Order: sequence, then structure tokens, then C-alpha cells
Amino acid sequence: MPDLATSFSTATADVSATIKRLRLPILLGWQDVKQRYRRSMIGPFWLTISTAILVGCIGLIFGHLFKAPMKEFLPFLASGLVIWTFMSSSIIEGCTAFTTADHIIRQLPIPLTVHVARVLWRNIIILAHNIVIIPIAMLFLGREFSLTAIISLFGFALVTLNLMWISLLLGTICTRYRDFPQMVASLMQVMFYTTPIMWMPRLLPKEVARYFLDYNPFYHLMELMRAPLLGTVPDAKHWMVAIAMLLVGWPVTLLFFGKFRRRIAYWL
Amino acid sequence: MAKIHFEDVCVDFPVYNADSRSLKKQLMQVATGGRVDVSSNGKVYVRSLDRISFKFHDGDRIGVLGHNGAGKSTLLRLLTGVYHPSSGRAEVQGDIGSLIDISLGIDPEATGRDNVYYRGALLGIPSAVLTRRMDEIIDFSELGDFIDMPIRTYSTGMHLRLAFAISTLVQPEILLMDEWLSVGDEGFRQKANARLHDFVRSSSILVIASHSRELILDNCTRVIWLEHGRIRMDGDPVDVCNHYFGQH
Repeated sequence: MPDLATSFSTATADVSATIKRLRLPILLGWQDVKQRYRRSMIGPFWLTISTAILVGCIGLIFGHLFKAPMKEFLPFLASGLVIWTFMSSSIIEGCTAFTTADHIIRQLPIPLTVHVARVLWRNIIILAHNIVIIPIAMLFLGREFSLTAIISLFGFALVTLNLMWISLLLGTICTRYRDFPQMVASLMQVMFYTTPIMWMPRLLPKEVARYFLDYNPFYHLMELMRAPLLGTVPDAKHWMVAIAMLLVGWPVTLLFFGKFRRRIAYWL
Repeated sequence: MAKIHFEDVCVDFPVYNADSRSLKKQLMQVATGGRVDVSSNGKVYVRSLDRISFKFHDGDRIGVLGHNGAGKSTLLRLLTGVYHPSSGRAEVQGDIGSLIDISLGIDPEATGRDNVYYRGALLGIPSAVLTRRMDEIIDFSELGDFIDMPIRTYSTGMHLRLAFAISTLVQPEILLMDEWLSVGDEGFRQKANARLHDFVRSSSILVIASHSRELILDNCTRVIWLEHGRIRMDGDPVDVCNHYFGQH
């Protein structure tokens, strides 16, 4: 077992060094967002606008297709889309967290988790810009925005901690196996349609629902953030799944990342 | 107390997209660069450093000689802690500063001032220190009001002056260099040189890779000559230089 212990301590040392230097990923994440919108007048709020337009269009079409009342469907779609964008971009960009930072990794001995935290922080900033749409849509449609929404912050914390290990694990694998990012991207594409974002879970027959909902980790993570925004408290099972994912995901990731931590610079 | 201790250090780079069948059971000795090797399980790798051992202590000024691809950069990267040996032991005690690629992390669209914080954060300098010494950085790099302009409006000289000013802000115990940094025009070069000499003098251990005989003889107390990833010679600068430069 000494190997496992070494892997574990290598990984925890890297993660805790990142926490000590949290200013670095935060600065780099901001730099990424700023770089994308430099010299633009409204900057990252372009994200807000384009998401709003997307929500409006999809909402009109699918709302009619599913014969769902706009008052119910539009806020559901808006929050689902915004949260999905956050989860899926964090994971897809997490895959290339190390490969895109290769120039830094090969030059400066910075804890590697920094690069994953940078990707996550960048997506949190984008989420913060997008989330504005939800209260606006609710007010516009004459729905009350309840204080239950605050629970969404706890959901966000759990989701973020989960995304963190997923990105760290995938980032490590993807640096070695360059076909992996493509696989993850197409998987996320499939998950987008199988997770209730554009369709409402109650439209699904009970017997099918089990497969698409209960066995879909993204559904549970999604509900933790979405349900409170729409004014309901998430089910206990969602919390349990998210916590179970943390308890399994982090140790596995730390062992795996710790084992290959030193190889990553060679794989770039 | 700074100390560097390498024992039988090897560095192998795996090559995943090389066809191992076409290389199988062949040992290729490339003219320059490391050795291409195929391990028993068919994996292709390049051995960049081969059983390197040495000890550096406080006060050592080490010059590293060798052709392109002899393993100089790999050695420097091992010292910074970016690479870890594939086998053997590399122990480095003391904080390390590198003057290699001083422009790394500079964002051309951001202002000079923002870049001081970006580059500073990468080097691990606390932002309070950067704020406190901002005037000193602006003053040294002679940027004046340009500090609040985007870097893309800078001349090459201005860009390098700023990068140099940030990178030499904090004195490391172990200083790593790849050739002597020469920055800017004649006037600035003197100032930069003075600062660099000061920087080198205050470091406990200096490791400098170079192709220049004068540089090595002026600065080093010991020279290591790398060839094909192995130490060909290790000893007195004049001795090693005579052998290295003598035959070329």
C-alpha cells in the first residue's frame, strides 16, 4: 500500500498548494474571460444576451411542441440551459485544462490543479453572467422569485466540488489519450438531450423515467441548482447522490491524479 | 542553505505517435539529441538525460555546455521541478528562480500594470508586494505612462524591459539561466546588466546553460559538458572549455 499512500499525498499536496495560491487561478480565469471580450463594449454580457435569445427561441418552439404553458416552461428551460452550459463547458474544457496550459506547465513549477481551477473559475464567471436571465424571465412572465432560490447556492457548491474532481480526472486522462476529449464532448452532447433541459421530467412515462432520471448523475446535479431557482426545495435523493459522488469521486481522482501527476509534464 | 543533489537521474520522453514496429530492436544514435530507444514492451521513448549525478552547494556557479539537444533544457527543467526524473533521485533544496522565458504569461491585450500582476502571480509574488513595488517596476522599466497602455502597443524593447523588471523583483536562492539575458538598447542594457550581475552575485547557486566561452569563464566555477544526455566532462571551467571549444 505505500504506492497508494504516496499517490494520495502527492495529489493532496498539489490540491492544497492550489488552495493556498487561489489568487492565481482566479486571476487567470478572469484573464480568460477578459481576453475573450476585450475591446467589446458590453463584454461578457454578450453571453447573457445570446443565452437569452436562445432561450426565447427554443422556448417558443418547444413550448408549443410540448403544449407547455410558457409561464412554467420558459423559466425551466432558461435555468436548465444556463446550468447545463456551466456543467458541460466545465467538463469539456476541463479535459484540455493541462494541454492548453502546456507552455506554463513546462516552464514553471505551479501546482497542476491550478489549471483545472482556472477553467472552473472561468465558467463560474460565465455562469454568473448567464444566471441574470432567470430572475428577469420570471419577473417578465409574472412569476414570483422566491427566497428558496438561496438553497441553489448550496446546490452550486456541491455541483462545483463534483465538477472539480471530474475535470481533474478527465484532464489527466485526456493529456495522455488525446481521443478522450472528443469522446467526452460527444457524450456531453448526448447527455444534453437525455437530461431534462428542453423537456420536462413529468412528460416521461414512469417506467422510462427511472433510466433517464435516476441513473443520470447530471439530472441530480441539475436539480440541486434548478429546483430552488424555480421555487421548490430539491428532493433528498438529489442531495444524497451528489454527496455520494463526492465521496467516491474525490478519493478515486486523488489516487489517479497522484499516481500520474509527475507524468503529466511528459505527456504534453 | 541551498543544495542540489542529483543521483543517477534519467529522463525518458515517451513518444506515443511513433511506430514502434519500424524502430523495433534498433538502437538509433541520433547525431545530436537524445537516444531513441524501444523498451522491452515495445514502447518508444527518447532518453534525454542518462544517469546524471552531481552535487551543487552554496556558492557554486555552474555552467552547462553542450550542443542543441544535448539535454541542457531538460536539465534546467528538472531543476525548476517541472520535470521529475524517470528514474534516479533529484533533490533540490532552496527556492528557485528562473530567468528562462521571462515573457511567459504576458497578455498582449492587457495593460502593462495588469501584466505585472499576471506575471507576478505566476511567479508566486504576493500582490501586496507587487502593489508596493509598482513604482519601482515602472521606474526601472522606463515605461512611464505606458504602464497603463496595452502591451501590444509596446516596442519589443519596452516589452522585454517590463518582463525583466518583474522577473528580477524577487531574489531566488538558486538562479537558473539560459544564456545571459540581454535586454533593450545600449542605455538600458548597462542598467539591466548591473542588475543581473547583482542578481547573480546574491544567489547561492547559479546554473547557466550557454554556448559562450566568455560567459562561462567569466561567471562559472565549475562546468558540466553534456553530450547525448550524458555528462561528458565535469570540472574546472578552463579545462572543460578547452576541450569543448578546442575541438570545434
